[in-house]
Amino acid sequence: MSIQIRTAAFDPYQEIQTYRNAKTGNTGALGATGIFIGTMRDFNEGAAVKGMTLEYYPGMTEKQLEKIVSEAQRQWQIIDSLLIHRVGDIFPNETIVLVAVWSSHRGDAFDASRYIMEALKSKAPFWKKELLGTGDERWVANNTNGYKSE
Amino acid sequence: MSINLRYFASLKEVAGRPEDNLTYTDTLTVHEVWKRANPDKSLPGNTLTAVNMEYVDFDFIVKDGDEVAFFPPVTGG
Repeated sequence: MSIQIRTAAFDPYQEIQTYRNAKTGNTGALGATGIFIGTMRDFNEGAAVKGMTLEYYPGMTEKQLEKIVSEAQRQWQIIDSLLIHRVGDIFPNETIVLVAVWSSHRGDAFDASRYIMEALKSKAPFWKKELLGTGDERWVANNTNGYKSE
Repeated sequence: MSINLRYFASLKEVAGRPEDNLTYTDTLTVHEVWKRANPDKSLPGNTLTAVNMEYVDFDFIVKDGDEVAFFPPVTGG
């Protein structure tokens, strides 16, 4: 299991490949991989967005992410997982978050990766401040519940 | 007794500082900590609070040496 906070841009597909290739044991059991990649848009709430700053709470953020992944491990059969989240200055098309879950069967891979993302959205201490196309700045007020249709 | 206070995101702007230290002699809840440290500013209703990096309610009683954090709803991912 790996949880990482990154200050620089990363390629999520390369990260998945590198992490997967580094595994030496039990690879024959990896029947399913559930992947979620969150990418920064250039619009939000009806406004053009040209960048944002992601703030976090060093120490608490990692602690909460570890609790979320531990809970996923308790609920589903997970062989391994990788979670990477950006902080600092981010620009459109850059990856904000990567969640990858390896398991033997698709149900566990789908459900655990979904759970990790939704729990992260509501519990992990990160805060986005957007730089709008107009030059104004604004805090994102709250995350929506991904299980509810908007 | 003494506690360390941390403010994040919009709450850092409300408080006007990123961190603080408060000394006290009586029993204080997290909400009372805010009022003692920020007497002229009301705590926004949707504020989240943590003590020693674990979520707590406003009525949680702090103890000597705690780190108490105030922040708005989280918006990561």
